[in-house]
Formats: sequence, structure tokens, C-alpha cells
Amino acid sequence: MFGETFLTTTVDTVLKWARKNSLYPMPFGTACCAIEFMSVVSSHYDLARFGAEVVRFSPRQADLLIVAGTVSCKMAPVLKTIYDQMAEPKWVIAMGVCASTGGFYDNYATVQGIDTIIPVDVYVAGCPPRPEAVLDAVIKIQEKIEKEQHAPLF
Amino acid sequence: MSETTCATAAEVGLLLANRFADAVTEGPGPVGDTCLYVTPEKIVDVVRVLRDEQRFDFLMDETCVDYPDREPRFEVIYNLYSLSTGVRVFLKVKADDSEPGVPSITPLYRAANWFEREIYDMFGVRFAGHPDLRRILLYESFKGHALRKDYDATLRQPLIGPADGPDHARRHG
Ligand code: SF4
Repeated sequence: MFGETFLTTTVDTVLKWARKNSLYPMPFGTACCAIEFMSVVSSHYDLARFGAEVVRFSPRQADLLIVAGTVSCKMAPVLKTIYDQMAEPKWVIAMGVCASTGGFYDNYATVQGIDTIIPVDVYVAGCPPRPEAVLDAVIKIQEKIEKEQHAPLF
Repeated sequence: MSETTCATAAEVGLLLANRFADAVTEGPGPVGDTCLYVTPEKIVDVVRVLRDEQRFDFLMDETCVDYPDREPRFEVIYNLYSLSTGVRVFLKVKADDSEPGVPSITPLYRAANWFEREIYDMFGVRFAGHPDLRRILLYESFKGHALRKDYDATLRQPLIGPADGPDHARRHG
């Protein structure tokens, strides 16, 4: 009697659908990659097309940490604290070779990849990566969210 | 105040060499700059003369070079510039890393405060009379001085995280 007006689904599916289309990124911009991130969120490349335009500068309000830039050893505890402050569920993109591996800063002062401090979901190559590559990383995060076995409720 | 302000760096060099006969000697000026070696005891006096009498109002840079084979092994380099006459003079002081160190010129130029902290951080050269001689770029627990020639370039001292993670092994293993 309701015709085609109903759609049956699971809570899981709805949660994942909501999460993947409303990512709140928190940029941890420490160097030149952060400039490139600005163009990712600006009108030309427009991260809003993927539902992730609400950039938050408080870790409490974000669920996608985008580490854009070189992380020095002195900065490492700060990055770890910010990651810890983000509420679950949360995801991390290492944007650029600096965040991914230390890049060409193979020296005494630079963290050789943020995965030595915090878990990383997607690495983006490039110095800096093109905005398309960052968009691609966000899409990969979305795919990852969609494929999660059980989306944690809280 | 002296009545004359020297118009060229060579004149400044001559004036200092006359005034501080034993303490100032000519140093290498490979690209035409005037460069003078000054003994550590007299560096504050020399800089004061330049600042107060020769209108060197700008301490552009203060840095250091490590020559591991020399004794003493470090040279602290002062890059002084006069905005009013456009004259630039380099001063060099030979130093080692012992206490109490090279007399600080922070009382004369406040810019020297962070320069000297950086030299201390990177080379371990100390500055006597510096108000706050701590590391400035690296962290307190950092061992050694990173810009010394004998500092192992592959050594990693992360504040947190693994010192010898897989990445380290891949690169340097
Ligand atoms: S990867 Fe390149 S562009 Fe990005 S922070 Fe490092 S040096 Fe800068």
C-alpha cells in the first residue's frame, strides 16, 4: 500500500553513507603543502563537491586529519596530541612526501613520516601533490568508510 | 663619539687595526669583503666602537663555522652593517666549546640573543654573559650539536615515535 515510497536499509549503511559524505577535515598545515590544500578547498577544485568543505580548526569537531607539510621532531608531540583529541571515528591523510616519509628532509630535525607517530589511512605522493591527488585521497577515504565492516556507533 | 665616520670598510678595518693593535688582525676576504679576526677578549669592545662611533646599527647575522681540523675548531662570524653609510664588516672570533665561552654581544645588539642561542644549539659554542643560553630550534633532550661536521647525518633522535623504525632501516640500514 505504500508503493515505492519506502527504502529499507540498515543503520550501518546509513551511518556510513552519512559519514562518508560529511567529512570534516582538520588541516594540520605546517609547510608548503598547506598552501596547496587551500586551493583544494577553494572554488576551483572545490572539496565541497565531496561533502568535505567544512574545514574545522578544532580537532574536537573534525574527523579527517589532513597532515599537510613537514613535521619536525619538535612538532611531533603536538601532532600526536591533536590526533588523540579527535573523536572516533577518525581518519588521517598524509599529504605530500614530507608527511608521508620526511621527503627530502632526511635530516636530524624532521620526522621521517608521520606514520611513526600516528596511524595513516591514505598517503598522497607529490611535492606538493596536485589538488586532484588530494581529492582522490578524500575519495579513497570515502571508499574506505564505505567498506568498513561495522561502523562504530560512537 | 669620533669625529669621523669611515666611508669604506677598508677604512674601518684600518681604524680598528690601529685602535686595537694586538687584538685585531686581517682575515681572509675572498670576495672583497673586509674581514677581521678579533680576539675573544676584545670582541665586545670592537663591536661597541663600531656601533657607537661608526654607526653600525644593524647586526645582520651572527653565525659559526666548524673546522674540525683546526685548534680551536670554531669560528664565530659577526656580520655588521651600517644602514647610514652602507658599509659592511665581517668580524671573526676563534672559539672552542669550553666554558665560559665567547663574550656575548647581546647587551649591544638584542638581535644577538637568538643568534647566539642558535650557535649554541647547533655548534655547542658558549657565550659568556648571555642572558638566556638555551637551545632555540631543537629540544632540550637533543644530544649533541647537529651542525658540527662530526655529527652523524643519519642519526635520528625523535622526541616521540621509534628512533629506528622500518623507514630508518630502509634508508640507512
Ligand atoms: S611535500 Fe613538498 S610541498 Fe609538501 S610540505 Fe613537503 S616540501 Fe612542501
